[in-house]
Amino acid sequence: MSNKYVLELYITSNSSRSEQAITNLRKMCEENLGGDFSLTVIDVLDSPEEAEKAKILATPTLIKKIPPPVKRLIGDFSDSEKILGYINK
Amino acid sequence: MDIKKLPTFIPGFDHVSHGGLPEGRTTLVSGTAGSAKTVFAAQYLYEGITRNNENGVFVTFEESPADIRRNMIGLGWDIEKLEKNNRWRFVDASPQPGEAPVIIGEFDLAALMARIEHAVTKIGAKRISLDSLGAIFTQFTDANTIRSELFKIAYSIKQMNVTAVMTAERTEEYGEIARFGVEEFVADNVIIFRNILEEEKRRRTVEILKFRGTMHRKGEYPFTIIPGEGLVIIPLSNIKLDQESSEKRISSGNKALDNMCGGGFFRDSIILLSGATGTGKTLTATEFMAGGVKNNERCLLFAFEESRQQLFRNASGWGIDFEKMEKDEKLKVVCEYPESAGLEDHLIHIKAIISEFKPNRVAIDSLSALERISTPRGFREFVIGLNSFIKTQEIAGLFTSTTSDLMGGTTITDAHISTITDSIILLRYVETYGDMRRGITVLKMRGSAHEKHIREFMIDSSGMHIGKPFKEVSGIISGRLVQSNIGSEISRIDNMFESDNK
Repeated sequence: MSNKYVLELYITSNSSRSEQAITNLRKMCEENLGGDFSLTVIDVLDSPEEAEKAKILATPTLIKKIPPPVKRLIGDFSDSEKILGYINK
Repeated sequence: MDIKKLPTFIPGFDHVSHGGLPEGRTTLVSGTAGSAKTVFAAQYLYEGITRNNENGVFVTFEESPADIRRNMIGLGWDIEKLEKNNRWRFVDASPQPGEAPVIIGEFDLAALMARIEHAVTKIGAKRISLDSLGAIFTQFTDANTIRSELFKIAYSIKQMNVTAVMTAERTEEYGEIARFGVEEFVADNVIIFRNILEEEKRRRTVEILKFRGTMHRKGEYPFTIIPGEGLVIIPLSNIKLDQESSEKRISSGNKALDNMCGGGFFRDSIILLSGATGTGKTLTATEFMAGGVKNNERCLLFAFEESRQQLFRNASGWGIDFEKMEKDEKLKVVCEYPESAGLEDHLIHIKAIISEFKPNRVAIDSLSALERISTPRGFREFVIGLNSFIKTQEIAGLFTSTTSDLMGGTTITDAHISTITDSIILLRYVETYGDMRRGITVLKMRGSAHEKHIREFMIDSSGMHIGKPFKEVSGIISGRLVQSNIGSEISRIDNMFESDNK
């Protein structure tokens, strides 16, 4: 069973900016993606190998895997309209 | 407290830097595009792993790891193998194919930092290279954030107990240290790589601009990149010129010339043989070789003007059998075109052959042939480097130099090396009453009395025959001949009393 939206969020657990990004994103997804999404949060401090594989430089980084094309967004996602625009594009 | 140095094992660099890079610190390596910064960064890790068992992490901001692996294979370094053995690890921060990430709001580079830390701890790295810092600015638009984040990374690297090399791009060979002001993070130690076009010749140099709190050599040092070896820096000041010189004499291969020198050349000396084309320089070098072989010495001849066949034919024309000498492994003849390589490469090649063959005497015919492939400055450095190397080997060296004027004059070669050679011998054409004759004189012989005459010599099928001094001609050395009847009268009287010099 697959979701319409598959998102991966890379954060650092000890930063307020990352906390902020998680909150912003969840809120945006729940309000706009109609529950048909999966959002995996990956802490680069716990999983540096994952970050290496995905070649993540900056946190927070959001990777939209589905729907294609794969897109990377970087920032604290305070502007939910803008993010939504990129995710749906 | 003295700052410890970590040897890089990059040939020549540890000499120039008085022992390597300041340990536990970060050194900025700055240079223009194509100045071999990446090679330095990679070689620093490679040599550390293979020579000193110190693992290394390579953080690449510009080229992909696949590109670096492929490029370094050409230098003989199998990085992939080191990766498999957990000796080398890449952190790939190069731009990824596809769409560039979109920046919405604030961010930091904590993920990159986490990856670097992870790589360092995972393989227990002692060395780390970051190449090149400027490239990360092109991936992100917010230069201020990147600058402050890089500062944090530089700071954390300091805490990790590793010795780091950070490369940065410059736009000019002689200008600001680096673009984007990256030098601020690592202002303690700065090395500059240059790749200069000088009189249509490429010249690569490395200069240590500063090592805070510790010593290093000043100035630019030429270097070259050799397949299978990597960077090789040529430390000109490497060798002290105050070598203990021995009093032991060796034969020049010509008895009369030995007499003119007061009993032969000194064993640990460098002799410059200068003369116009056809005056007998190659012959003198050939006899110098034969004299060594006769004395059961090992002899090495570098020829830059004539082919092997020609040299061997010449030698047999003078009654010297080079072929047999080579077969007996007493002689080695190396023929090369001056244009076949850059001067730095020639120097390294010459040194390598000398180190391998371990000769007692070396002849180079001619040094001035190498002059035309270089700039005056490059040539000067080459000659100094070569001389000092030969001196440390405690062998006798004979360099020939072709003067451009038939009748005298000097060459750049002469000007450059006359002060560091121990002996100078001149061969000259002497025109007397419509005849071209040849003259030889010992101009200088350090530490020994020598004859001051200019003697006539002949060349025949048994080599060089030195005869009597010219008495009727003056101005031979300058090439401005003045013939005097008084001279011929003196010579006539001389002939009556002086027995043949043989």
